[in-house]
Formats: sequence, C-alpha cells, structure tokens
Amino acid sequence: MNLSYKEVKRDTAVQASKPFPKHRIEEWRGKAYVYVCILVLIVTIFSIVYFIAVRGLTPFVSGGVGVGEMLFGKVWDPDAEQPLYGALPFLYGSFATSLLAAAIAAPLGFCAAIFMTEMMPKLGRTVLQPAIELLAGIPSVVYGFVGLSVIVPFLRHTFPGQGIGIMAGSIVLSIMILPTVTTIATDALRSLPSGLKEGSYALGATRWQTISRIILPTTLPSLLTGIVLGIARAFGEALAVQMVIGNAPHIPDSLFESAATLTSIITLSMGNTTLGSAHNNALWSLALILLLMTFVFVFIVRLLERRAKR
Amino acid sequence: MSEIALYTKDLSVYYGEKQAVKRVSMAFPSRQVIALIGPSGCGKSTFLRSLNRMNDLIAGARIEGEIWIGNDNICDPQTDVVQLRQKIGMVWQRPNPFHKSIYENIAFGPRYHGVRKRAELDEIVETTLRKTALWDEVKDRLHQSALSLSGGQQQRLCIARSLAVKPSILLMDEPASALDPISTSKIEELIAELKKEYTIIIVTHNMHQAARISDKTGFFLLGDLIEYDDTQKIFTNPSKKSTDDYISGRFG
Amino acid sequence: MKAKTVDRIATGVIVAIAVLILAVLAGLLGYLLVRGLRHISFDFLTSPPQTIKAGGGIGPQLFNSLFLLVLTMIITIPLGLGAGIYMSEYAKENRFTAFVRLIVEVLSSFPSIVIGLFGLLVIVNRFGLGFSLLSGALALTVFNLPMMVRITEQSLRSVPREQKEAGLALGISRWRTITQVMLPVALPSIVTGTILAAGRVFGEAAALLFTAGMSSPRLDFTDWNPLSPTSPLNPLRPAETLAVHIWKINSEGLAPDAPEIAAGASAVLVITVLLFNLGARWFGRLLYRKLTASK
Repeated sequence: MNLSYKEVKRDTAVQASKPFPKHRIEEWRGKAYVYVCILVLIVTIFSIVYFIAVRGLTPFVSGGVGVGEMLFGKVWDPDAEQPLYGALPFLYGSFATSLLAAAIAAPLGFCAAIFMTEMMPKLGRTVLQPAIELLAGIPSVVYGFVGLSVIVPFLRHTFPGQGIGIMAGSIVLSIMILPTVTTIATDALRSLPSGLKEGSYALGATRWQTISRIILPTTLPSLLTGIVLGIARAFGEALAVQMVIGNAPHIPDSLFESAATLTSIITLSMGNTTLGSAHNNALWSLALILLLMTFVFVFIVRLLERRAKR
Repeated sequence: MSEIALYTKDLSVYYGEKQAVKRVSMAFPSRQVIALIGPSGCGKSTFLRSLNRMNDLIAGARIEGEIWIGNDNICDPQTDVVQLRQKIGMVWQRPNPFHKSIYENIAFGPRYHGVRKRAELDEIVETTLRKTALWDEVKDRLHQSALSLSGGQQQRLCIARSLAVKPSILLMDEPASALDPISTSKIEELIAELKKEYTIIIVTHNMHQAARISDKTGFFLLGDLIEYDDTQKIFTNPSKKSTDDYISGRFG
Repeated sequence: MKAKTVDRIATGVIVAIAVLILAVLAGLLGYLLVRGLRHISFDFLTSPPQTIKAGGGIGPQLFNSLFLLVLTMIITIPLGLGAGIYMSEYAKENRFTAFVRLIVEVLSSFPSIVIGLFGLLVIVNRFGLGFSLLSGALALTVFNLPMMVRITEQSLRSVPREQKEAGLALGISRWRTITQVMLPVALPSIVTGTILAAGRVFGEAAALLFTAGMSSPRLDFTDWNPLSPTSPLNPLRPAETLAVHIWKINSEGLAPDAPEIAAGASAVLVITVLLFNLGARWFGRLLYRKLTASK
C-alpha cells in the first residue's frame, strides 16, 4: 500500500496528468458508493409501487370487479357466495377520521404556534415545544392503548353508543398529528419578517387584529401544508385507529358507532386470508388506494409549498 | 524584475449572467507580498478565489481566460484541480481550523499526501508551528482541540496548516479582519517573515495594512483592475484618479 | 374598545389551549406511568409471556425490539449516510436531483402499513425470508431511510463552507474532505437525529405485523449460536416486538391480566422512547463539547 503510493507520487511529480492518481480513484470509489445508495432508494420506491400495483390491480384485471363497484359499493362481503367488494365504508371511515382529526388539531396547533412565537416565546421554547416533540415521539400503539382504555370509556359514558367509532379514532389521531401541524405553523410564523408585525402594531392594531388580519393570511399556505401533512399521516395511520374504531365494515350513522378504515380492514384481514385468493387481492386493492392517496397528498403539499414560496 | 510565480491573462469570472471580474491581467512576482484592495464587491475576493479554482464550488460560477503557474494553465479543463490546490495555500477571513486536535490540523494534509512516519509528521508539525510563531504557545497541548485556541492563534494555526503541504503561493482573504489589533500585528509580522519563502497574495480592506506589508498593490473597482504598481507608488503617487479617491478615503 | 375585548378573549383562548396541550401530555404520561409502573418488575421485564394464564412478562419482546433496532440501524446508517452525502454534496441542481428529492419525500410519506405490506409481498414471500427479524429489519430500513437521508443532508449542509474549502485547499480530494473534515463537524447533529429516529423505529408496529411476525418462538437465552433456531440471535426467526405485543394483547389478548400487561408494556415503551429523546439531546451535546472542546 505504502509502496504503491510512493510510486504514484513520484509519477505525479513528473507529469501532473497521470490518468489515475490516488485521489481520483478515491473520488471514484466515493461517488460509486453514494450512487449505489441512491440507486437503492430508487429501486425500493419503484418496487413498492410496482408490486403493490400488480397485486392491487388483479381484482379489476382478472377478478371481474369493476373500479366503480369497489369505489362506490357500500357492502364489503368478500366471503359470501356472491362476494361483494364495496370499499366505500372504508373510504368513508378513512376520510371522516382524518378530516375530523385535522379539524380538531388545526386550531389547537395554530394556537400553540401563536403562543410559542407571539405570546410567550421563552415559555414556548422551554416547555411547550419539548412537550409537543414528546407527543410526536410516542408510538402509535401506545396512543391506541390509551385511546382504548381512556377515550373510549369516556365517550361511552358521555354519549350514546359504545364509545368506539369515528369520534374516538379522530380524537386519538388529532393528538398524533398535533405535532406535525404545530411544528410547521411555528416555523412559518417564525420566518415572518418582523417588520410586518411591527407595522401593524404601530398602526395601533391589537395583537388579535394583527394575528387575524396580517399573520393568518400571509402564512395560510404554510399552515395548510401542515394540515395536509397531518391529514396524510392520519390517513395512513393503522394500529391506533384500528384499536379504537370498532372495525364494523359499514357506513356508520353516527360518530359514536363502530366503523372501519382502509388501514384497519387491511390490518385485520391481511393475516387471515391466503395470498392470491380473491379476498386477499381485494385487500391489496385497498393498499393501492392508500398508496395513490400518498401521491395525492405529496402533490397537494408541493402545490402549497410553491404557493408559500411566492 | 524577479521571476513570476503566477500570472493571469484576460481573466473573467461570471456568476451566472453577472460578470464579477473583467478581463484582469496581472503578474505576481515570486517571494513578494501583493495586496489587492478596493471597495466591497469590487471582485478582488472573487479574483483571489479563482486563482486556486475555489470558485468551482459555487454553483453558476464560470471562469474565462488564463491563469499560468510555471508551464501550466490551470484554467485548462485537463488540469487536476486537486493537485493544483496543494501548490497554493489559502487562508480565510474567519479562522476555520478543522474540528480536530492542533496536531491533527497540521498533520492531516501531509498524511494525506503520503507522509506516514510519525517522526516526519512530528517534524512537519513543529517546523510549521515554529514558522507561524505558535510553537511555544501550543507545544504542551498539541493534542487538544484546535477550537480551544484564541481567534488569533487559530488563524496562525490555519496558516501553519496550509504551509504543511508545501505550497509555493499563499492566498489570503482578509486574514486579519476578524482579529483584534494585537493578533493582527502578529499576523502582519508573520506575513513579512513568510515572504522569504512564499509568494503571498492578500486581499485586504485595511489600506494601512496594505501599505505596511505589501510590495505591490492592485486596486480593483467594479470588477476591473484599475491600477497595479509598486505599493509605494500607489499610495504616494497613483496615476489614476479613482485610485487616489479610494486611498484618500473619498469613497469605499 | 371592542377590539380590545376581542383581543383579551383571544389571548385567553390561546393560553387555555397551550395549557390544554400540556395537560394532555401530562395526563397521557401520568396515566401510563401510574397504571404501568405498578406492573413493572424485574420479573415482568425478563420472563416470557403467557397465553391464557396470568403473570406473563415481556422479556423476549423487549429483547426482540432492541435486537431489531440494532439490525435496522446497521443496514440504515450506511445507506442513509451515502444517500445524504449525495444529496448535500454531489447532487447538481438538475432534474435527476429533483427526482431523487421527490422520491425521498414520497418514501417518507408512505404509511408504515404500506411498507409492511410491501415487506410481506417482496421480502417475506418473494425473497423467501419468511416472518423473521431480517424481514422486519429490512422493512424498518425502508421506513427509516428517508429520515436518515434528511438528517445527514441537513447536518452536512449546516457545516460552514469554509470547512470544506479548507480541506479542498490542502489538495485533498472531495471525498476525503467530506468524510474526514465535514462529517466530524456534522457528527453531533447526525447522532442526535439518528437517536431520535431510533426512538421512532423502536415504537413502530404497523410495518412489522406482516414482516417480523406476531409470534416469538421459545427462546433459549443460553444459546448464542446465531444459526440455531431457538437462539435469540438467529436473524431468521420470527420475532414479535414490544410494540406489536401491545397491539396484539389489546386486540386478541386472552390472559386475564391482559390490560395490566398492556399498561406495563406501554409504560416500558414510552419510558424507552423518553430515554431516547433525552439521550439524543444529552449525547449530541456531549459529543459537540468533546469535538469542539468548548464549554
């Protein structure tokens, strides 16, 4: 090693353009390494999309199930003599829980962000921010467990019904996505030019007037980004929701009645069906819907970010 | 006239569409100190940073023209930039020692370039630290972090670090502007000492400093080299009016 | 005058919400600790679970979680560092880079259950690794990789440009400058980020249901031969982790003390995650101090 190096050095001293000095080889190896890592990323994402799409499309291609039948069918009964693959109850459950969760978390998160940036920055930084980071770190099964043993009994005693259902799922999810919403709102508020606020205060506006007329409209795209990211996370969350929603595959009449989501039905049924069966393939179609929704959410976030930059 | 260490011919530097340096031709004699002065944004730092192709790092930066060191035009795409940079040391405005020990800061370069024996490395560390008048201050704590040194010491360590890979030219980009007066005068003494062995090209905002330490001075304005002559002449009898205006403090 | 009243009300509401959030967190932790700590004992942490009798523990699950975390990190860290170095140092501003950026964003947005399903389809079935620690580790790698890439990229980007220039100016190759000059500077924040990511991996369950499996074979903790099927170190055995265990006993637990076990296991999980959080900050600061010798 040492010897060969000295040779290289002598050569480079004579002619600087020797084709493979040590540093070129080193650089080449380093580049090869990072490109392999990037390749792994690319291959991973394409195989995820490819394999799930192939499975998920089987019911439509060879299973004789119509796309409309799945998206708008109200009855999910894959094991019946005449199997029905209506996924509307799950779509409804997923959208209802995640949108409701966002509706709860958005105002909370926005107020927390205002508290941390406009009202008590010091207290916010030392107490509220670490608290919110902690909330983000708590595993989803723990949220599910607490939801099941605290929120569900509470709802059962307070409202008619069993306590399980969309409301329970939404409450659990809203706590889970609160950190996402808050963090992004806080970043947006912190990056506001200070002249903007001072100008408003100088005109004699109260804090709330400044917040509602100046801060809120200027940061709206960023706030929406946080909310969409929150919805995306809630939409894909599986176990915490599955534990508290009840898992009845029908469209519920109230928020306090057992329901199901895309993720909950996949979690429950995937292990009990054999790979390749019609029932199993239908579950992969649901997974494909989840996957496509991810792309939709990423697309919306990108649009909002472009708007926020302007 | 002494021998020429490096010269540029019609050197232009662009940042995207903007031309930051405009067709500058300049020759730097060996073992002298050449100061580049001018108001902020005049292109002097950009010019300096193109001499070791450090501007390559900036996205959108582009060089036209020629830079000759000996028989090599370093703007030639064939040039091995990595090997080139070993011959040209560089010192920055803010001291930027590596996050390593004092010893490692200096030994890192030579070790990379093939010095493996501990005794040789020890010797390089000692010689360069002596050259930069730092040895007596740090010899008992060579293995402590370089970041534990004061700002002035850090800057001298950075100079020592660049000397350790045996360059012949040193580029200095306002090396004393972030330092206190005492540290500054130490750096200036050091430059006077180092010019016995090295060609030093220094960018400075401080005209007294340029007058004190340099043999030749070049005055830049808006990317043009306005005037380049012996320091004595530039500061006592400049031939261009804008040079005179700048030196006498009428703008800048 | 009216504006002032509105302002006062708004201020009150905002403060109340801040207090509410703190109360939720305090209630959550308090509930878990009060209910869980009672159940945590040395025996609980080390003994195997019982299916129908009371008195089971979480020993194997705890071990599985830790072992799986180590396996995952061994795979993720080199990949994440490499891809992160690419993103911050080698990527030019072109379409390919924009594409890679999009991929990292999409990958980090995939629901973990989808990643688990992909693991089931490709790693468990197609590669034939079965329900195993290795399958779980690979699924968690997919889950964790985007985060590692971001951590590395951001940490490297925050290294002052002069550090990189100083390395290059000595005639040192770009690769060496990155690995030996810039990485040491970025290390404290990379380590902090990695430990936080590890906390997330430790609590993940959805990606593991169909990859690492929901059962754990009888483990013989005296057998440390990784090839033996009952050895805890065998990477090809199925392994239920702590998080999966909590989910399982909540949905199908038959033991009479299932709620207590779930509470105890949840408390253990949360305490571990808390330790990861605090540890990340503490260790990052320690490393920073050590590397910079500042006080």
